[in-house]
Amino acid sequence: MSIGRTRSIALSGLGGRFVDIEVDIAAGLPALVLIGLPDTSLGEAKDRVRSAITNSGFAMPPTRVTVNLSPASVPKQGSGFDLAIALAILAGTGAVPADSVAGCVHLGELALDGRLRPIAGILPAVVAARDAGATRVMVPWGNRAEGELVPDVTVIAVASLAGAACEHGANVVAGDVDPIEAPVEPGVVSSSVDLADIVGQPDLVDALIVAAAGGHHVLMVGPPGAGKTMLAERLAAILPDLDTDDAVDVTSVASLTRVAHTSRLITRPPFIAPHHTATSVAMVGGGSGVIRPGAISQAHGGVLFLDEAPEFSSAVLDALRQPLESGDIVIHRAAQSARFPARIHLVLAANPCPCGRAGSADSTCECTPDKRRRYLARLSGPIRDRIDMRLAVERVSRATVFDSDSPRVTTTVARERVTSARAAAIERWGRTRPDATELRTGRFRLAPATVRAIDAALDRGAITMRGYDRIIRIAWTLADCAGTTTPTPEHVGRAYFLRQGVAS
Amino acid sequence: MARKDELGEWGERVAGEFLEANGYVILDRRWRCARGEIDIVARFGTTVAVVEVKTRRSVRFGHPLEAVTPAKFARLRALAGEWCVGHDTGSRQLRIDAIGIVGDGKFVESLDHRIGVFA
Repeated sequence: MSIGRTRSIALSGLGGRFVDIEVDIAAGLPALVLIGLPDTSLGEAKDRVRSAITNSGFAMPPTRVTVNLSPASVPKQGSGFDLAIALAILAGTGAVPADSVAGCVHLGELALDGRLRPIAGILPAVVAARDAGATRVMVPWGNRAEGELVPDVTVIAVASLAGAACEHGANVVAGDVDPIEAPVEPGVVSSSVDLADIVGQPDLVDALIVAAAGGHHVLMVGPPGAGKTMLAERLAAILPDLDTDDAVDVTSVASLTRVAHTSRLITRPPFIAPHHTATSVAMVGGGSGVIRPGAISQAHGGVLFLDEAPEFSSAVLDALRQPLESGDIVIHRAAQSARFPARIHLVLAANPCPCGRAGSADSTCECTPDKRRRYLARLSGPIRDRIDMRLAVERVSRATVFDSDSPRVTTTVARERVTSARAAAIERWGRTRPDATELRTGRFRLAPATVRAIDAALDRGAITMRGYDRIIRIAWTLADCAGTTTPTPEHVGRAYFLRQGVAS
Repeated sequence: MARKDELGEWGERVAGEFLEANGYVILDRRWRCARGEIDIVARFGTTVAVVEVKTRRSVRFGHPLEAVTPAKFARLRALAGEWCVGHDTGSRQLRIDAIGIVGDGKFVESLDHRIGVFA
């Protein structure tokens, strides 16, 4: 009889694709049939759409209404298709101009009274719509600020189905509705931690700045109370602000994990510290039905801090190996696969032994040597090999704590040093992290005299080839922090020490 | 007789007149068997139509045809089969129709004839 059409977006990971929504209003007994691989929450859209249409001053056609979501092979989930389905039905009945509805992408969940509820994942969905060529996207009023973050696309925020119909030129009175706002997150406290809080550990502060400048993964080993967590938190604080692309990715991942009022891009690198009981799925992402980003993607562009690292299950730690190399994670499920960004700065903290007292001055450790060895061996070889810097964190003495005269580096100063070191690296390589092969060949190859010490270590088998590459990379970062153009033998030596600092 | 039954009987009369005016031959009205009742059986050319008639005074509680649920439709199919067992019409095709009438027992506000429905 008559057909209504529009489009929406199905998200998979941070990527999305168009879903064409076709509605056929045909003769037959009154029924609303939804086809095209909907999940349960989408199947319930039938009842929400029916109520919203009748409560918005429209009539649900008393005939057979078939809603097809195409392509049928793409799994579709969630309530974000409600608005598109409702408008396609109204376009099919002629209540709303069909041309206008067909030329717009619609996102949003309907309340039974016809108002629009904000949904999660608006930012990646609007970006996907724009990248696929859409020019107009209609979003719920509660998501307007998030949608408007995306440039080069017209974002229309509407509060209700009647308002959306009016926007398309339907002859209906939208009336004043009380729009549904997204819940406002409890104010994100601007991090009050400062690097200057750290006393008596000048070597560690320097190492932290080097780690931040070069994006080097860090393992800190030390007794409880030595300040490992404190150092890790400050590492995130001294990272420079995210660039625009990273900010969009970080905000998109945050948008997928919750419905919240987002009015600007997240520009500070995140600091994510999952508990050691975390599962593989919590760490790398996954889940049945909806594939959600894990801690590693939530920490994209920032710091993933694993306190008590040996307590994590080895499967969870080993799941980090591949994303640490590639910078993203692809999660495969039977029906679909999803790609999330996962370029993280990994910081591990561990006690030297199960009781944590080994190596401390009072030396009351009761762990047997075997127990001690096994404890750190829980970090598998491949993971340890990917860690660039191993730092021994000692307890500070009373004298240093109350020695207020020693100079301390503040976060602001440290961030400036990190920023200038990164700028030097980008000027040289065009990016912060060059390929390993680039460093071993061509004009960036270091003079044999400079690398003599680590060449010998490689020959002895004391370090792996990957370890060799990482030491060279740290040496370059040390040079950038010091403001010299190429690493000196001292830089290489210091890099070797930073990598091998803790016997393990 | 209850008011709702009176309205239903009036609706079936209106539906019958409507079908006859459109060239249908009424074969049976209110045909009963152990499993239920068929409102109207009519023939149009070589096709036999089993017609369910629903009448309501207003659409305040929904369109009359919304009362023809998938369960009711399934029963209608079974009844259509039962009717065929006892009647050799020589016809080749069997169809299920639904007629929804909105009216007050005197005036017809609207009449919907859905031909060949399925649920």
